[in-house]
Order: sequence, then structure tokens, then C-alpha cells
Amino acid sequence: MAIVELVREDAPTAREGARPIRFRRVERNDVLAIGGSAIAASALAWLLFTRLTAAGVNLGMFVVGYLLFLLLVWGIGREQYDAVRARDLVARAVFWSVGLLLIVPMVAITVYTVAKGVAALTPNFFLEDQSRVGPLSPPSVGGASQAIVGTLEQVGLATLISVPLGVLVAVFLNEVGGRLARPVRMIVDAMSAIPSIVAGLFIFAAFILALGGQLSGFAAALALSVLMLPTVTRTTEVVLRLVPGGLREAGLALGATEWSTTRHVVLPTARSGIVTAVILGVARVIGETAPLLLTTLGATAMNANPFSGKQSALPLYVYRLFQLPQEVAIQRAWTGALVLLLLVLILFVTARIIGGRGAGHISRLRRARLAREGLA
Amino acid sequence: MTAVESDVIDLGVAAQSTASEITARDVSAWFGDHKVLEGVSLDMPSAQVTALIGPSGCGKSTFLRILNRMHELVPSAQLSGTIALDGTDIYRGDIPVTEMRRRIGMVFQKPNPFPAMTVSENVLAGLKLSGVKATRSERRDLVEDCLQRAGLWNEVKNRLGAAGGALSGGQQQRLCIARALAVKPKVLLMDEPCSALDPSSTRRIEETIAEIAHEVTIVIVTHNMQQAHRVSDQAAFFLAGEGTPGHIVEAGPTEQIFTAPADPRTLDYVNGRFG
Amino acid sequence: MQPIDPTIALEGFGPRVEDRVRPVTRRSGADRWFRGVVTGAGAFTLVLMGLIGLFLLIRSLDALRAAGPAFLTTAVWEPDGGAFGIAAVLLGTALIAVVALSMAVPVAIAGSIFITDYAPARMRTPLIWLVDLLAAVPSLIYGLWGRAYLQPKIIPISDWLSAHLGFIPFLDADRAAGFAASTFVASVVVALMVLPICTAVMREVFSQAPPGEKEGALALGGTRWGVIRTVVIPFGRGGMVGASMLGLGRALGETIAITLIISPTFDLGRLTRILETGGNSIASLIALRFSESSSFGISALMAAGLTLFVITLLVNAAASIVVARSRSGAATEI
Repeated sequence: MAIVELVREDAPTAREGARPIRFRRVERNDVLAIGGSAIAASALAWLLFTRLTAAGVNLGMFVVGYLLFLLLVWGIGREQYDAVRARDLVARAVFWSVGLLLIVPMVAITVYTVAKGVAALTPNFFLEDQSRVGPLSPPSVGGASQAIVGTLEQVGLATLISVPLGVLVAVFLNEVGGRLARPVRMIVDAMSAIPSIVAGLFIFAAFILALGGQLSGFAAALALSVLMLPTVTRTTEVVLRLVPGGLREAGLALGATEWSTTRHVVLPTARSGIVTAVILGVARVIGETAPLLLTTLGATAMNANPFSGKQSALPLYVYRLFQLPQEVAIQRAWTGALVLLLLVLILFVTARIIGGRGAGHISRLRRARLAREGLA
Repeated sequence: MTAVESDVIDLGVAAQSTASEITARDVSAWFGDHKVLEGVSLDMPSAQVTALIGPSGCGKSTFLRILNRMHELVPSAQLSGTIALDGTDIYRGDIPVTEMRRRIGMVFQKPNPFPAMTVSENVLAGLKLSGVKATRSERRDLVEDCLQRAGLWNEVKNRLGAAGGALSGGQQQRLCIARALAVKPKVLLMDEPCSALDPSSTRRIEETIAEIAHEVTIVIVTHNMQQAHRVSDQAAFFLAGEGTPGHIVEAGPTEQIFTAPADPRTLDYVNGRFG
Repeated sequence: MQPIDPTIALEGFGPRVEDRVRPVTRRSGADRWFRGVVTGAGAFTLVLMGLIGLFLLIRSLDALRAAGPAFLTTAVWEPDGGAFGIAAVLLGTALIAVVALSMAVPVAIAGSIFITDYAPARMRTPLIWLVDLLAAVPSLIYGLWGRAYLQPKIIPISDWLSAHLGFIPFLDADRAAGFAASTFVASVVVALMVLPICTAVMREVFSQAPPGEKEGALALGGTRWGVIRTVVIPFGRGGMVGASMLGLGRALGETIAITLIISPTFDLGRLTRILETGGNSIASLIALRFSESSSFGISALMAAGLTLFVITLLVNAAASIVVARSRSGAATEI
């Protein structure tokens, strides 16, 4: 709920009538008070620490400066209104500053990663593998193609495993239910909290030690699907819950089975939400490093077969190179990190765009097919 | 299974379904321990329009939902008594519920076309949902035929590829009627089909009802007395008292119910004096 | 399926009012399959969770038998030398998580209230996106960024804190040891990682604060801060606790960012001086030691993983119960 404070600007009289009353969320005076205090407090703190004393710019300056800022805001509030309004003004200053603070890390991470990684982002990064790369090779030699292929295959396999399963579990929770639904929902919640390293340990214990599987991209994919399953299930369940019950009734009233109603009515209606769930699941695991350390270990040469032999992956590539002492290796790591970050950003934005589409979105392909049949 | 289905859902447009009569005997219904209907017996004759009238909460909608076995979707729902379609108990254990619902279609209070389907796909939804195969021309003919009968064809014939949800409220409701007609039901139940619509859309739906009444038995729940009077051949007046479950006060030919009812409460209700 | 035989006479006519029955919905073969398959999928998640615990347990038995109760009290990790236990890594994990939470939770509370009650409508959706996006950034990138960019910024702060607040327990430090790769640096990075998770959950809880009560408080002439203090915060108290615990669960299980930042130490004194170089955690122990371990060493790491698994499960179960309770309260209050 938005709380709107009604402020009349130059209170128009009823006779003037034609002039609309403008609703404003904050009064200009308050904005001036907060902004002015911020400037004054910063200047004062800076003076205090660099000119009047020799303390220099340090944490103390920021702490003192911020406290000064709040004190100034409170003083102005006291002066203009009363103690209650002064406290309100201070609260507004605090919440606004924290709110703006939320923006800082995302911007800082993105800008820093781009700055560090963009220089070595050249075509060979995508086209060549790492096998010919020596410790001092320049960024123009070799690349991360083996890691990119590994990540695509591992995440692809994990998607193939966890998406059908996750959608089925979500359908169970929302369309069928019963006594089992409560424990299943609890366990899915609990599963989303499993540390990624534990997922890796589990696959190592179950797939490699017990079943005799080998360290491979497939083992990594199994670990990733353990992590992806709860994300897909929970997000899908939320969107299935949004499908109006009237549609299920309409399907059943046409004489459809539950299966048919779910298949042809419920799932298509929630289609965009399910796609979003899949994308968010992919974004959740694409940067996972810890389970890969235990299941596929990494490789410098291209291995396109996920079922046999160690495979590289983008997160592993970044992790390993970042720990090398050479500048050029660290630069390669940043380029890998940049590619990962871009992938996550792209996946995220795609998920939001598709998730924002209504159920009535009819693709061009489908329209064309219907038109061929004379039904559109 | 397919053999029987193709028998029921005959795709040839020429072979129109014939209406059936539906009979309720001594029907009582409960939600948990709360009894909502008691001892309702009603004959809904073939190819006629039966209106169920009465104040809110008197069990009309529950009764309607019992007629095509939607009642049992509520986990706590129970009932007793018998419903028969042309003499066959629809609750008989050896007939799948889907089979019965296909013969007894339903149109809901709020228009609910499938939003992920186009107009034409909505009409064909019943076939798709039952896995019935049809040739391209059969499907095209069925779409046109059902939309014609629902009085919607002229408005949407150039927008068959639009999403079902893109139509106006009244058009959506007629699309739902077309969708229900496409599976060739013998009975069509309508649960206050016009309560979410404006007067002119309401008028169109009533015209549709009049046009299809000769080929399908219609049972309609309505709060609109003029509508009940206009569209129905016979009417049943439901009433629930303080703490007593809903029951039928009086049922008979519409003219009689509206002009010379036997029970004074019916007269009061149809004249808008209570409810 | 039988075709309907119209000649079968109607049975059951007559007064049988009390023999009410729940109609038997006879499902078609397709529906029995459908129900069976999806129920099986649901049951599979239960089995999977059981298998995770079971496999970790089986694989850790060797190590647990060898170490006995000393597993919980030993602060070194030399499985092949015969002495190993999780005391140090457990302490390190807890310190990082608690310090991270003490920084993240206040910011999350204020941030989520800012989003629900202060931010202009135009800012709200982008902010929600931003918070979700922060949660989606891989922990690897947090680790890289934390070590390369954040750590140099934090070292002077650590220095200043130890110089001025060193008398407070945990905040003392040996300046000669340095301030890099410390529990504190790791905590700041983990705080940034759990911040979006806590903020998202709290925002959802605060956004359900009853609008009627908020308007009521405003109509009495209350200020916005008054509304937040008297309506929003009391309403969201359970959600705040639950969200913090969800964040705690995430912080305890965080692996790669911590591994990239800390320099591992098993010295309990060093561990408790959080500003000083050196920290540890269960997850990073596993990540660092796994590839070079003997099969007994792996068994010991499995035991450590099992401990982590059990702790995060308990914390998250408690968190879900608290969050669920606060939500159900929300439904009844309106």
C-alpha cells in the first residue's frame, strides 16, 4: 500500500474550481531538509577529519558524518514541526539511505567485473580451448571453449533431469495433493537449503563410490540437478497456484480427465511461469562451483562427451585460474566471470520478460499452423 | 474406450445430438456435516428449458453441480438420492465420471475460456481434452457450426486466431457455450450465465438459449426473474430457511409459477417481495 | 467401459435421506496413471532427501568410528595422522555466519521496509528486480569481487576497528598478523550474499501488513514512521526472525566465496579474533581438502559434510516454521 500524504499546493478555493489539487508524496521542505543535511554533514565531517584534525579519511569519518547528518535532520524537524515529525523525518532519512545503499553492491560488482574482464573478451575466448595455454601466454592465445561446452552440457543435462521431475512434483503438490503433500512440500523447502558442497558430496558418495560412475560432466549434472530441483518445483508450484480454479472446472465439466485437464489447460495457462521457473533454475546452478570440485574436477582440453572423463566448466575455469599467481591467468579468470555474470543477467531478464507475458500470448508459429488449418 | 467415445462425440455436423431428460429423485447434499439440500425431486424434460430460481444460498447451484457430478470435486461433499439421465443413474459405479460430464455440459457464472487457447482452439477444447481425433475439415466445420449456434460466428469469424481471453465478457460467455456444445451434450447446465454480463450481452445469451433449446435440454440457475420468465418452459423455486437445508417449494410450468403459484412464498419471491 | 444401457431401471428411488455417501469417483485408466506418476515424483523427493542423509552417513561411518566423540572437540584436521575434528571449522563457520547476519539483517529490515513503504511506486519494481538479481549472482563472483575489490577497502576498516574498539571481545587483533583473508572480510562478503535473500522474504512479509490498520493509524494523524513502528514491524516480527534464519542457513552452507577469501587456520585463538588474518568453515574445508584426500580423509570430509547438512536442515526447518506461522497469522488478522 502506498501511503500518500495529501499536500495542498497553494490551497485553491472552491470557487477557482478548475485548478486540480495535486497529491504529493513528500513535501519539498522535507526533501530540502534531508538533502541539505546530507551535504552539510559530509562537508563538516570532511573538514573535521582532514583539515581540523589529522585523522584522514577513514571509517570514523563516515560514521561521524552519518550521525551528524541524522542529527541535522532531527534538528531541522524539531525546528519546523515537533518531536514526532522530527522522528518521522529522521526515519525517512535512514530508510532512504539504506534503500539507496541496496543499489551499490550490484552496480559495484557489475562495473568491476566488466572492467576487469572485458579486455580479454575476444573471439578466441569462445573458440579455443586451454590446452595450448602456458602460464605466461597472452590472452590472445587459447580460450575457454572447453569450459563453455562443459557448462552448457552439464547445465543442459541437469535441466533435462530436474525440470520434468520438478514440474511433476509441482503438479503433484498443486493438482493432486493428499496426505503426502505436506511432507513433500516440507522436504522440497528443506532441499532448497542444502549447501551446494553437500550436493557434490552426495553425488560423489552415491554415483561415484557406490555405483562406480566416473568423475564426469554427467556426475556434475546430477549434483546440479539436486540443487535445481527445489527451485524449479517451488517456482512452478507458485505459478500453478495462480491458474484459476474455474479453468480446471471448465475442463472437467467438458468431460476431461484430470490428466488431460492438467496437460491441455493448466500447464499451457501457466506456460510462461513455468518457463520462468526453468530459467531461474538454470540461473541458480550455472555459476555453481563447489559441487563441480567434487564431481568433474575440470580439464584444460576439450572433452565434449559429458558421460566419459573429466570435463571443464566455466565456474571451475574461473576458480582455478583466479588462484594462479600470474596476472594473465587472473585476467582470464575475470573474463570467465564476466561471461558467467552476463549469462546470469541475460537469463534473469529473459525470465522476467517471459514471466510478464499473459497466458493469451499466441506465438507466431502457432498462429501460422492454425492459419494453415483454416482456424485463424 | 475410443469406440464408445467416438460414439458419444459424433463429429458429423449433420448428426446432431438429441436431447435427453434428466431426473432427480430425493436428492440431499452435504458439505461435511452441513446439510445444504434436502429431498429434492425434479424432472427436467427433454428439449426444454428448466429454470432454477430462489434466493442466494438456497442450494440451486449445488443442485446444478450435482447434475453433472461437479459436486464431488469438493473434498467434503456428500450426497444421497438418485440422478438419472434417460433412466440411467449417472452416479452408477461402472460409468466413468468423464463420460457423464461429457453428456451433461456446463456453463459457469463467470466466463472462463481457456486463456492459453485461441477462439477456435477453445471451441475444439472438448475434443482435445478427450483425445478425440478429427480431420481438418471436420474441425473447421465444427468450429463454425458451434460458433453459429452460440450466436458468435459473425463477430469472431475474422478473429479465430485471437486468444480466448481477448474477447469481451459477453462474447467469452458465448464462446463457453460454443465450447460446451462442441462435445454434443444431451443436457446443458447454466449457472447464472449472465450475472457477470451487461444487459445487451445478456439478451444475446438468451437468444442463444432459445435457439439451442430444441436440441439440448437446458437447466439454468438465475437470479433474474424476468430472464427466468423469458427463457424457461418450466421453473422450480428453491428455498432454504433459517438453519434448514434448501428444498423445492414448488415446481411447474413457468407461466403457472409466475402468474398463479400454489405457494404464497413463491408469489412473494417472483414479485420481488423477498430474497 | 460399458455403454449406457437405458433399459436398466432406476434404483434407489424413495426416501433414503440418511444414507448419504461420498460419490465414488471412478477414475479412468489415464487418471490412475497420472495420479500414480505425479505422486511417485512427490514421493521421490522424500526418498532423495533420505538418500542424501543415508549416503553421507554411510560414507562417514569409518571416520566417525575412528574419531569417536573427539570428532566434535578436536580442532585440527589431520585424518591421516589420526587427529581430526570439526571444532575449529564449526566455530569458524558459526562466526562467519553470525557476523555476516549481524550486518545483513538490519540492512535487510530497513531495505525491505524502504521498498514496501518508502520507495516511490516507480522505484519499487526495479528495486525488487535488483534484489532478486543480487540473489542470482553466483557466489563465485561474490568471492572474486570480495577478494579483489572489497578486501583492500575493508582492511583499513578492520585496522580502525581493532585500534579503537579492540577492547570488545572478538574485535581485538594482532596487527602484525595482518587483516587480510580474515573471518571479518569473509563475513562482509557473505553478508552481501544473504542480504538479498533476507530482504526478499521480509519484503514479502511486510507487504502483507494489513492496509486497514495502516490507514487507521494514518487517519489518527500518525506519521509514516509511527505507522511502521506500531503496525508494520509488530506485524512482520515473525517474518523477520524467519528470514534471518533462512539467511543463516544460507550463510552456514556458503562455500566458494569463503574458500576464495579466507586463509584457513585451525588456531582457535586466531579464529576468535575475527579481524585478524585467518578463518575457516566446514564447506571450505571440504572444497580445499577433497581432491588431495585419501579414502579415509574423504570419509572424514563426509562426516564434516553430514554435520553441515544436519545443521542447515535444522536451521531451515526452524526458519520455515517461523515464516509459515507468521504468514498464517497474516491471513487471520485481516
